[in-house]
Amino acid sequence: MAMKLRASMSGDTADIKCLMNHPMETGLRKDAASGKVVPAHFITNVTCTVGGKTVVDAQWGGGVSKNPYLALKVKGAKSGDTVTVNWVDNKGEKETVSANIG
Amino acid sequence: MDRRQVLKGAGSAGAVSVAIAAGLLKPTDVFAVDAKAFAASDAGAVMAAVGGSGAEANAGVVVGAPDIAENGAVVPVDVTSNIAGTTSIAIVAEKNSLPLIAEFSFSNGAVAYVATRIKMGATSNVIAVAKAGGKAYKGHKEVKVTIGGCGG
Repeated sequence: MAMKLRASMSGDTADIKCLMNHPMETGLRKDAASGKVVPAHFITNVTCTVGGKTVVDAQWGGGVSKNPYLALKVKGAKSGDTVTVNWVDNKGEKETVSANIG
Repeated sequence: MDRRQVLKGAGSAGAVSVAIAAGLLKPTDVFAVDAKAFAASDAGAVMAAVGGSGAEANAGVVVGAPDIAENGAVVPVDVTSNIAGTTSIAIVAEKNSLPLIAEFSFSNGAVAYVATRIKMGATSNVIAVAKAGGKAYKGHKEVKVTIGGCGG
């Protein structure tokens, strides 16, 4: 269940697509079986770098869907550049994935 | 909060202050949106927190979303700002219990575009607030939600 990342060039723009694995619990949802509130557990920060430079820095709440999908576009990138996406959640857990632009 | 968390917090806050003092980061870059904005339950308060209260409605801020979402847990949304010099985009689902979904800051060639999937508790507007040249602009799209996706 690793995070998936794909990047490809479309003209002068890199298309970056990322699929993360995360429950994205808002802290408002009640478990259907126990009736107890499921504690908040969601990604709070996502950053994307291309060639070591930060291109997108995002702050998230629990309103992003479970197993988040994120697509971005970056101009000035070129085939072979390394794209890295990493996230941190409200529990301090984190994950990083890198791929080269195809 | 235990001692370890306090120390961790102090450490990271210290690092940020040093970076600000060194001129590496402007305070506005780091604290683009107060984390509290994500806990606000009122759409008006959220708009104020993302600097979008006085945002001018602008056709250059385009929100793409389905007219009808059968499953509110997964609503595909994309936002494009065609306003030159856009530095950030915030996404707000007006009638969610917690309306602020996300805020994205762009730099180093990133196009002012983002696509993701969001949760929607009820039929409402998805509002995007784009900032460019110190001004805020907004666009929106109404999404009718058949089954809400925020649990409960």
